[in-house]
Amino acid sequence: MSLSAKTVLQHPAAAVGVEIISLTKQFGEFKALDNVSLKIRPATFHALLGENGAGKSTLVKCVMGYYEPTEGNVLVGNHEYAITNPQQAQSLGLGMVYQHFTVVPHMTVLENMTLASADLPKIIDWSKARRQLVEFMTNMPFDINLDTKAHDLSAGEKQKLEILKQLYLGSKFLILDEPTSVLTPGEADEVLGLIRDMTQRAGLTVLMITHKFREVMSYADEVSVLRQGKYIGGGLVKDLTPDDMAAMMVGSEILQESATREQQHSQEVRLETIRLSALDDTGHQAVRGISLRVKSGEILGIAGVSGNGQKELVEVLAGQRKPAEGEIRVHGKTYRATRKEMRESKVFCLPEEPLKNACVKGMSVAENMAFRTFDTAPQSRGGWWLQPSKIVEKSKELIQQYNVKTSGPDAPIGTLSGGNVQRAVLARELSGDVDVLVVANPVFGLDFAAVSDIRSQIIKARNRGVAVLLVSEDLDEIFELSDRIGVMFHGEIVHETSIDDADLRVIGRHMAGN
Amino acid sequence: MEAVDLGLWSVPLAVFAGAIRVSTPFLFVSLGECLTERSGRINLGLEGTLVFGAMSGYAVSYLTGSAWLGVLVAGLAGSLFGLLHALICNMPKVNDIALGIALMMLGTGLAFFLGKNYIQPQAPNLPAISLGSWSDLAPVRSALEINALFIIGLILVPSLIFFLNHTRWGLMLRTVGDSEDAARAIGFSVKGVRTFSTMAGGFLAGVGGSFLSLYYPGSWSEGLSSGQGITAVALVIFARWNPLYCFYASLLFGGAGALGPALQAVGITSGYYLFNAAPYILTLIIMIFSSSSTHRFAGAPGELSVTR
Repeated sequence: MSLSAKTVLQHPAAAVGVEIISLTKQFGEFKALDNVSLKIRPATFHALLGENGAGKSTLVKCVMGYYEPTEGNVLVGNHEYAITNPQQAQSLGLGMVYQHFTVVPHMTVLENMTLASADLPKIIDWSKARRQLVEFMTNMPFDINLDTKAHDLSAGEKQKLEILKQLYLGSKFLILDEPTSVLTPGEADEVLGLIRDMTQRAGLTVLMITHKFREVMSYADEVSVLRQGKYIGGGLVKDLTPDDMAAMMVGSEILQESATREQQHSQEVRLETIRLSALDDTGHQAVRGISLRVKSGEILGIAGVSGNGQKELVEVLAGQRKPAEGEIRVHGKTYRATRKEMRESKVFCLPEEPLKNACVKGMSVAENMAFRTFDTAPQSRGGWWLQPSKIVEKSKELIQQYNVKTSGPDAPIGTLSGGNVQRAVLARELSGDVDVLVVANPVFGLDFAAVSDIRSQIIKARNRGVAVLLVSEDLDEIFELSDRIGVMFHGEIVHETSIDDADLRVIGRHMAGN
Repeated sequence: MEAVDLGLWSVPLAVFAGAIRVSTPFLFVSLGECLTERSGRINLGLEGTLVFGAMSGYAVSYLTGSAWLGVLVAGLAGSLFGLLHALICNMPKVNDIALGIALMMLGTGLAFFLGKNYIQPQAPNLPAISLGSWSDLAPVRSALEINALFIIGLILVPSLIFFLNHTRWGLMLRTVGDSEDAARAIGFSVKGVRTFSTMAGGFLAGVGGSFLSLYYPGSWSEGLSSGQGITAVALVIFARWNPLYCFYASLLFGGAGALGPALQAVGITSGYYLFNAAPYILTLIIMIFSSSSTHRFAGAPGELSVTR
């Protein structure tokens, strides 16, 4: 198999193009794709832009044979194929790198790569497999140590491993699904730069799903935009501006004005951690002696590539994980995240994936909205006799105020869309008197309307004097919302700056640990 | 042959012999469970498979006169139980643990029901291999009567390690157990691999059961198994899903199980029941020390429902 990968690299003539003709995919009543046609020319870097739910993933899954299109055809290198399964797509030279990694965590790079080769022998001769791989790697733009276990690789290395796996398999047409979502800007530039190089030099064809204009502008040759399952437009990247693309992506949707930030002069420290450490699920130290302070009316943004201890830090602050060492102080008093202390110090939290981390899926919207208040008057008498009518009444108020789209307060919260779960939880956390708010990746996977809505709620809270700790993997979000920025790497805050002095390149370098 | 009194030396000797004798069913069940769990599923039903294997192996040995045919049938019956577990687990939203408990009861119940007629008659037993002919001491010679199934189990350990690390099927099995996403992306059949490994696990557990009825104690009765099947499942966790450690752990448990009778034989009778409980106390102690409230089990297959 290493042979065919090399052939691609040495003979640009072997490049493969894909043409999608009038593709429609229907799930029951819902049209995920509506008559989409687009052409990816051989040996080009093609970007597929669109919001969440625009149909990008459905489109590539139809190409890769995971879904059967309701109507329409896919041409690979000018021949029509009815691709019915991923193996068939693979044999046509199509390969896909998924957004979530598909490496086997407890296996070494060598084992993972060998596993990917199509002609895996019955009995594996590891020394021969190693020789083949070493030889294959000499022709590859990036290098990884073959004996490292996959779960010890950094996110960037895992992404490279995924791409190498596809090339080792002999894929000539690579589909990349949001390939840089877990990479630092530096890693992203490196990986995309090398891939772009391979499209020009070695005849690789690339289709990249993304929503980052910066990456489209710097690396893609052509772009296609999908919105609500339809092909909206596209063309050569050099003929378009980011504004053109944004207009195509969002259409005529009216965005809520983002709230303006007011000057804050308070010096009152609301939330403070002192040499806080915590272990992760495997018992390794994930948070290493973090000391930080958040003042009233300030948003402290914590940037960093996921997996550097942010999740554990948020869990400790939310009371979901015990700190190993150090302490948390709120209003200068030791805080152990008991329900009583949360209430007294008015600490609230919007964790990432709130449906998983802050909701009970099967319970109603009203009940979920009452988690903070159900044991207090008027929602209960004496702290134990619940008053369901009051709970529903309050939730109706919040649903209206925070614009939560639900069929009613009795609907199970699991039936709501991601943005509306986020709004519902934010309503619960922000509706009372809030002193401290901890927020983690608040807009992950949401569409434009929900994103601007939720960000403006956070700014409004800040303007009211709430101390906000914002943990996010999205640098644009950090820059948009923060008053100060800290960079978390390997469980430590390695860099701290005010927003006025913040430099994207410096922050990117610190995210990568330099 | 003159009777030699070895005094207290007979205790380690008896523990050694006991370790080999008692460990054999542990070894087979834990190797089988190891294979199943490495593919990402837990089969708690192996206790039932073990008992059913003991009954069917004994019955076939009695009816045909061939103990080895009995072992084979016990294994096949075990793989049928494995197949049942796998097929039901392949359906959506089935919990492998709850199903395992159900199958444990089904296996034991069926074995008791079908085995009523075989409680009395004597069936041919499995042979042992004498490795002690160099010694003049009768106790040494009898301790070195190694049963044939133990030797097969011994060969099975490196074979399984080779299978898991050096064959295509082994790599597939580990992939499926560690990351379903990865397996699907490569195009492996997750259900197919798990069905195979649950069947193979059931086969080994059935063979382990046949050891109980065909070698030691060597006859079929309803009180034959004292929870070896379920202990072996715990043993796999303690052995960190490694066949070699499964072997060591089985020996350790076998030795602990032989301690009570050995001490009784030299006249230490106080605390007899306590010593008999040694394997279970050992299970508890080991589980307490090898578990942690903050750590995940190192080396646990990523898709295993209890560690996920």
